[in-house]
Amino acid sequence: MEGLIASAIGILTASGIYLMLQRRMLAVIVGLSILSYAVNLFLFAMGRLAIDKPPVLQPGVTDYSDPLPQALVLTAIVIAFGMTALIVVLGLRAYLETGSDTVDVADSQMVRDFSPGRPDEKTQSGRGPT
Amino acid sequence: MLTGAVVMVPALGAVLPAALRRSGHTVCAAVAASITTIALALLVLAAPAVLEGNTTGMRADWIPQLGFSFSFFLDGLGLFFASLILGMGLLVILYARFYLDDSEPVGRFYSILLVFQAAMLGIVLSDNILLLLVFWELTSLSSFLLIAHWSHQPASRQGARMALITTGGGGLALIAGMLILGHIAGTYELSEILDRGEIVRASPLAPVALGLILIGAFTKSAQFPFHYWLPNAMAAPTPVSAYLHSATMVKAGIFLLARLWPVFSPMDMWVAVVSLVGLFTMLMAAVIAFFKDDLKQLLAYSTVSHLGFIVMLLGIGTPEAVVVAMFHILNHALFKAALFMSAGIVDHEAGTRRLDRIGGLARLMPITALLATVAAASMAGIPLLNGFLSKEMMLEVAAGTTYAGLPWLFGAGATLAACFSVAYSVRLVRGTFLGPTRHPAEAHPHDPGPGFWLPVAILVVPVVAIGVLPALAAPIVDLVARSIVGAELKPVRLYLWHGFTIALLMSVLALVAGVLLVAAFRPLASAIRFLPRIDASALFETTLAGVERAARGFEAALDTRNLKRYAAVTLLAMSAVGCYAFFSGSHGPGQRAMLAPTLPAIIGWLSLVVASLLAVTRAHDRLFLIVMTSVIGLIVSLAFLHLSAPDLALTQISIEIVTVILMLLALNLMPKTGPSEIALSGRFMNGLLATGLGAGVAALAYAVMTRDYESISAFHIAQAKPGGGGTNVVNVILVDFRALDTLGEIMVLGIAGVAIFALLASALSGRSGLRLERIRPKQAPGDPHSLILTVGTRVLLPLVLTVGIFIFLRGHNEPGGGFIAGILVGIAFIMQYIASGYRWSSERARIEPSLLIGSGILIAALSGIGSWPFGYPYLTSTYSYVTLPIVGTFEIASVIVFDLGVFLTVFGIVMISLANLARVEEPAASIESPPEKPPRSSPVADKPSDPRKGTTTSRRKAEEVNS
Repeated sequence: MEGLIASAIGILTASGIYLMLQRRMLAVIVGLSILSYAVNLFLFAMGRLAIDKPPVLQPGVTDYSDPLPQALVLTAIVIAFGMTALIVVLGLRAYLETGSDTVDVADSQMVRDFSPGRPDEKTQSGRGPT
Repeated sequence: MLTGAVVMVPALGAVLPAALRRSGHTVCAAVAASITTIALALLVLAAPAVLEGNTTGMRADWIPQLGFSFSFFLDGLGLFFASLILGMGLLVILYARFYLDDSEPVGRFYSILLVFQAAMLGIVLSDNILLLLVFWELTSLSSFLLIAHWSHQPASRQGARMALITTGGGGLALIAGMLILGHIAGTYELSEILDRGEIVRASPLAPVALGLILIGAFTKSAQFPFHYWLPNAMAAPTPVSAYLHSATMVKAGIFLLARLWPVFSPMDMWVAVVSLVGLFTMLMAAVIAFFKDDLKQLLAYSTVSHLGFIVMLLGIGTPEAVVVAMFHILNHALFKAALFMSAGIVDHEAGTRRLDRIGGLARLMPITALLATVAAASMAGIPLLNGFLSKEMMLEVAAGTTYAGLPWLFGAGATLAACFSVAYSVRLVRGTFLGPTRHPAEAHPHDPGPGFWLPVAILVVPVVAIGVLPALAAPIVDLVARSIVGAELKPVRLYLWHGFTIALLMSVLALVAGVLLVAAFRPLASAIRFLPRIDASALFETTLAGVERAARGFEAALDTRNLKRYAAVTLLAMSAVGCYAFFSGSHGPGQRAMLAPTLPAIIGWLSLVVASLLAVTRAHDRLFLIVMTSVIGLIVSLAFLHLSAPDLALTQISIEIVTVILMLLALNLMPKTGPSEIALSGRFMNGLLATGLGAGVAALAYAVMTRDYESISAFHIAQAKPGGGGTNVVNVILVDFRALDTLGEIMVLGIAGVAIFALLASALSGRSGLRLERIRPKQAPGDPHSLILTVGTRVLLPLVLTVGIFIFLRGHNEPGGGFIAGILVGIAFIMQYIASGYRWSSERARIEPSLLIGSGILIAALSGIGSWPFGYPYLTSTYSYVTLPIVGTFEIASVIVFDLGVFLTVFGIVMISLANLARVEEPAASIESPPEKPPRSSPVADKPSDPRKGTTTSRRKAEEVNS
């Protein structure tokens, strides 16, 4: 079982990182989200694996799985959602502002708009995506 | 107690004028004046002890571990400065009532003035030097705001910025110096440091501390080479110039020098640096002042010169010099504030304060002319006025000072400065009030109402009184000087007539030469045009621009604007560190007994591998990518369920639903497919990096999981029921044992929610709005919402809400809780948005999501306070058993309130992100229309005047190519 979980963590990490290195916004976002699965699983696994021992107290039972990593991971999942939501919206807004869904500023409209020498463009794009 | 109250009254009262700004100018000024009067009354109440030669004060611990205490003390020096600050404050408020126009933001002005007043009082009354530093920075900030009062004028903004950078920068040096001083002395209490002068001076760090403190003091008191900011700060309204830049703030540096005089003045470095800087500043500024044509500029340089005068005296280091310095602080504050106010009246009446455009105003405004002339004569050092006395005593001290083996240096320098002081004073009076009458044609200068000149008159009375009867000031000067020098000071006596001394000779010489200088003004002024000029403020601007350029260059060199490269560099560094750790320690599998793989686990693992591989290889198909993510998320939540973590499984699966909806909503507006645009070699490198890191993480996880470990969880399991009152240990940890962590986490969520709201709320306008207009599928005729979905979700809503409440309530004992319930309820409402559209749903939404987030965090944060009255730390929980008639006995834990806060915040973040995304897409979110919609139908893009038309068209082409 440990081997399965460890290799699953490895596969998720590798896929997440590979996607994060893409140029398209959505791929990067999905990559980050897959990477957060890997991290959550990893943290969870630090409490070692156990089957049928949920940390819900019952009379007469003394053996429970480690609740502390679970508590950490629970908030981590929700925080990861907050982060994903933020970057999704950030990416969407950047796309709406620049018309490009790549993550490199150098390739998108931004640099052309904010570069000096085009004062009229500069003032009109005063409300940047950040 | 009283001493602290003197500071706190203006600090707390500062909100009043701004709050009452609608009640009119007079009310604001009256409130500000009353607050100042109250503070003054408190000071008078505290004074008797000081007059008897004692010190009084108060002390309250703040952060005792850091030596930070809320302590004030009042001695002669503090009393003197505090009276000066409050007395001048009253006059300036009265003056400002007539100077400022009713249409200006006067409420704000008086509020900031009171903040400044409180900060100044804090500086002069603080016992703790860390507290003093806080007030010191506060004066820099409030003076910035006051100088920039007329923020529409570039000169105001520039002057304010320069003052802030200079005095704020000096403040940083001062912080470092004071920390070193406190470190050497072993205490941060000023009253104790003053007793440990020997210890401080013996330390090798003493010169460093002194040097840094001097930078702080010199920047604040505008000493060379930091004098340039004060003339530029003259862009401030005249009440501010009179208050901050002549009477109080610029004296803060001098106050500090006087305060630390007993500690540092025996050092050679003190005498060498402070006295010379003072002398040079006095001379240089006097010469510049002589050539200035703007009344306020002239007065500003004259102020710099007189500040140099006082600094020089403190630097000389003898008790007699301290006496003169303190006497001159009083005299200078009186006549210079009067002169600034007179200059303001002239400016107000004549419409200009340039000497080359006005003249002969004595006939038109005799009262102002009389008052200003008396004050200027005092500045020049004419007998029977107070300025004469201190100047005379200064010359005497200077004549008796030998510097670096040169007995004449200080005498000659001081006489020359006095001579220029006479010259600019005469020039000021002659240029403004004497000669042929002239003023700008549109102005009708005349004496203003008494309220306007009364403050000036009040200041001029003591100028004359002290000048005629110096003994009036003797007790004050004696008290102040004694609190600096100590008991060995001989009783101070001030005389009008000292006999025929060398000082008298120097004084007469200065008067005669000064008048001659004025006579020779024109040739001199044309002569100095040929001298090389060093413009300190231009130098400052150049330096600032250089720093900015360097920072930009540094940023450009570091920032390649390529996220991919950042990620790769970070990951490479991580893997390098990981490799190092892996190969330098023991590794390999451990000895812990492993679990046998189960069939469901193997099936899950296989699906995970397939889903991951598909996600990676088909990344260009966005929709497919999202589907694969949700498959992975589902398997992860199943893994949690299988491995005894029901709470995690519940959270993960509900979050998964929300995430998928979120991504689909975003994808609806973004290109659906697109090539990865990464070359094969790049893809290979990325793959290599990813595989390497993945293998490393897998090996690490395996190595850890196969080893035994010690956990602190035994405590949590043991205490969950007796201590936390719940059987679901994970939930008890979240809302009880580690509640503070959870509070921090929901705050992070709240901040993310605010950022999401900000990004989406403004997406409908501007460039983004234009593009949205084009991208958004158009509304088709008829009701776009699916009937089955609409009815189904509406029926489901109460059911899901019930489940949510159930999950929330049982969370303490069974899997569930605020986090999970928040997401579930969020999903229930989001379904309404999806099924019935944004408009329908938002019309029925009674509560803003931002309010949910805010109240959630507030409830969670406040719920912890409940334990304080019982003497328990923040967020301590309690529980008890309640018996109700029908329901029976059940348990209520106080943490349910905290969990409610968590619930509301999580619910709020789900709503704020999804509902706002739905809003952005609203007009036709329910119809999938082909992306190649004729772009020219957009009304805005069709406007022929649209300057961006060309670019939008080309960009649109680019998009079409992309998709």
